[in-house]
Amino acid sequence: MKLAIQINEGPYQHQASDSAYQFTRAALAKGHEIFRVFLYHDGVNNATRLAVPPQDDRNITQQWTQLQKEHELDLVVCIAAAQRRGLLDEDEAKRQGKDANNIAEGFRISGLGQLIEAGIEADRLVVFGD
Amino acid sequence: MAKKFLFVNRKAPYGTIYALESLEVVLISAAFEQVVSLVFMDDGVYELTRGQKTDAIGMKNFSPTYSALGDYEIKNIYIEKESLEARGLTLDDLQHLVWEDEDDDWAEKDSIHLVSSKELASIMADQEVIITF
Repeated sequence: MKLAIQINEGPYQHQASDSAYQFTRAALAKGHEIFRVFLYHDGVNNATRLAVPPQDDRNITQQWTQLQKEHELDLVVCIAAAQRRGLLDEDEAKRQGKDANNIAEGFRISGLGQLIEAGIEADRLVVFGD
Repeated sequence: MAKKFLFVNRKAPYGTIYALESLEVVLISAAFEQVVSLVFMDDGVYELTRGQKTDAIGMKNFSPTYSALGDYEIKNIYIEKESLEARGLTLDDLQHLVWEDEDDDWAEKDSIHLVSSKELASIMADQEVIITF
């Protein structure tokens, strides 16, 4: 089955991203296709490369980056939600005149149309939120 | 290929950003020419209340945007009856949302439908993509 994933909450405070990660891994292991993972609301915070969780804890962003590498996942960060919350890639940082960028490897920034397209193209859109 | 999208709004308009960011998704979805319906239930019914004034909380009042939904061909907006009643509200407390029927000399028709929780279940069962905010 072709699946799309939406994550609506940020890392650590809510379990949504962990659950989405476990679900995505399990679905891939069963041979399903993941069309796209779309980060919305505070879910965009899962894409920051500047978080430094304690060493004995999981690193949620790195887990996603690793999974992206292994399976060529399409990890998309909503641009409108990201700009509100200070998540910028290099191009956006330049365009907005900011002195830093913080999007982790493996993620890309794009528009809300990517979520709608995922809903259209996938057999199921699975939403992880609070 | 058009799919049936249903956006379920369950949160009050200003305590969190879900309502505002839900509206942003809804407006984008319309540009993709999908069959879009909306549900307002639980505290989500407050999103459509009339006469919102947000100056004192320093936030933008985005409620006038809902009146544009008809122009985006969004004709089915379902309000859960039980949620409305539990909060002491009636349809008169909500904005009057309409769409214009081009096959009927652009007559204005009501977009808002009051439905029971049971009716809502069958509406949900009929959808292809459900996104909850």
